[in-house]
Amino acid sequence: MNADIRPIRTPAEQAILASLGGLPAGGDRLADLRRAAARSFEEHGLPHRRVEEWKYTDLRTLMREAVPLAGPAAVAQADAAARLLRGVEARRIVVANGAVVPELSDLAGLEEGLRLTTLSAALASGDEVLSRLGGILPGRYDASLALNTALAKDGVVIVVAPGAKIERPVHVAHVFAGESAAASYARSLVVVGAGASFTYAESFEGPQGLAYQANAATEFVVGDEAHLDVVRLQEDGAGAFHLATLLFDVGRQAQVHAFTLASGAAVARTSLYATLSGEGSAVGFNGASLLKDRQHNDATLFVDHQAPGCESRELFKTVLDDTSRGVFQGKIVVRQAAQKTDGRMMSRALLLGDDAEMDNKPELEIFADDVQCGHGATCGAIDDELLFYLRARGIPLTEAQSLLVQAFVGEAVETVEHDGLREALLERAEGWLKARG
Amino acid sequence: MALLEIDNLHAKIDGEHGKEILKGLSLKVNPGEVHAIMGPNGSGKSTLSYILAGKDDYEVTDGSVSLDGEDLLEMEIDERAAKGVFLAFQYPVEVPGVATMTFLRSALNAQRKKRGEEEISTPDFLRLVKDKAAGLGISQDMLRRGVNVGFSGGEKKRAEILQMAVLEPKVAILDETDSGLDIDALKVVSEGVNALRSPDRAMIVITHYQRLLNHIVPDFVHVMHKGRIVRSGGKELALELEANGYAEYQQDAA
Repeated sequence: MNADIRPIRTPAEQAILASLGGLPAGGDRLADLRRAAARSFEEHGLPHRRVEEWKYTDLRTLMREAVPLAGPAAVAQADAAARLLRGVEARRIVVANGAVVPELSDLAGLEEGLRLTTLSAALASGDEVLSRLGGILPGRYDASLALNTALAKDGVVIVVAPGAKIERPVHVAHVFAGESAAASYARSLVVVGAGASFTYAESFEGPQGLAYQANAATEFVVGDEAHLDVVRLQEDGAGAFHLATLLFDVGRQAQVHAFTLASGAAVARTSLYATLSGEGSAVGFNGASLLKDRQHNDATLFVDHQAPGCESRELFKTVLDDTSRGVFQGKIVVRQAAQKTDGRMMSRALLLGDDAEMDNKPELEIFADDVQCGHGATCGAIDDELLFYLRARGIPLTEAQSLLVQAFVGEAVETVEHDGLREALLERAEGWLKARG
Repeated sequence: MALLEIDNLHAKIDGEHGKEILKGLSLKVNPGEVHAIMGPNGSGKSTLSYILAGKDDYEVTDGSVSLDGEDLLEMEIDERAAKGVFLAFQYPVEVPGVATMTFLRSALNAQRKKRGEEEISTPDFLRLVKDKAAGLGISQDMLRRGVNVGFSGGEKKRAEILQMAVLEPKVAILDETDSGLDIDALKVVSEGVNALRSPDRAMIVITHYQRLLNHIVPDFVHVMHKGRIVRSGGKELALELEANGYAEYQQDAA
């Protein structure tokens, strides 16, 4: 019996196939990429629990409803919807329903060494930087990325010149603005030149009551000795599907740090693929997820050590209230050439609700013989002894819980280097705890 | 009316087959008094302190405890603290990620709020902590760190006394505050405690050894054994215990 033969398409799959039908024939390398991605989706469809990487996030079952492709958002509506990280001093780009809104975006007055344009403009002008797009491959079929490749028409394209130190972060604010559920796709490309340093922030938000689908993918090409910080805040609406893919190709002696704070969407999956292709780099991929009600949040990482002497660190914290479900899948692969690799991965979950569930799946695949790798996972409730100590000093139960949860999450958020963004994220986490009451 | 009145208190470890630990303990404590409770290991001294603070690992099966005439056992843990009960822990826990200053401020303001008082202003709070910390040899760096994180045994005990100084309780229960302290640390901690003696405040000093009572001189000494107070006297009783040990009580019981 072959599990891939599945003639019955769900309504969601049928709707996606209908969207894919509009791809034109002919064209360049990107058109070929799009058609290949569309074909792979036609072949595999939405992933289900028998596909190992999606075992805990059965997208085929979770995503039942058929929604059309999102149309453009009204400027005023997009403006009103984009609330997150407004207080942070950054160059702001608003991407509504998958398209950059020029009226709301700070595209002029760029610092020396910073090039910033939209994907649609780059496509229209045949910008040569697009030769980098689709260059980082996950090495396996990823439905979320395939759909993004096939359907995304816009996003942000950033090129930081070699040696340029760009102080002011670029913040890409993704919003969904509309009255009815629809699917949006955004694709971005960030190329950081050798020795350059750059901070990239992105946020996601949308209306609470709508089962919209937001699919965003960003590729980061990090040059030798470059320094890149990525800070992400996911607060999509409570009914939304959030699918994000982050792809990194890291050169020699580079430093990359990415952090995601996620508390939104009904179902969220963030897949991160990193290829360490140059010697002696240091990467840190961290995150914190705050879940409640029936939320489902999946953080999946794949770190591929191809070059020797690299260091990778992953720390993920998940707080689960009510009947929420968290998933952490982390895989570190150390190729034969990648001697002296130092890789550590840790997932910690704090269960606040009796019926909450956390699935941890750490994996190590090591082909080199001189490496240091480790992983760990913990899962537990708030420590009663700590709670008693705080209460014995007069701190009421809910406040004591909040302080302890904040401390738990804080350890991960503190890894964010940029002061303004770190403070903003801590504030959002605090707000989540306050709303919990 | 006594400030704290414990009458015929019986308590067992929570659960169906929980062992009975307190077997009819009675004690009256008036404002300004310092009571020492001494006794061999396993006599129920720490259990008594936990029950007064409200730890829910125990079940009170008989008797009563009142604070200022109110039923203490009916109160939530944090409510007891707001009413003036303070337990200096034998083994203070480490609370990573919660800075000592944040912790102290949350505790003080929560207590004030519960008592219907206004929250303390930031400058007043900083001044208050700075003054009290200096006397106890607690550095600014310790205050910025997570509560008790990486503190030595002596630093943890000093931090407990700092919390007591900031929170100004009516009844302070010091559970084996001398354990794990060398003679210098014992002196610092005792001086801290003595500075907090006042006509409005009562203290219950729980200790296994007489040594601590050379520094914190009690008004009354009680011997606890098998969950009850078996003998009470003045400070000279502690010296007698130091000379003869607890053997006579243990034989009586056998």
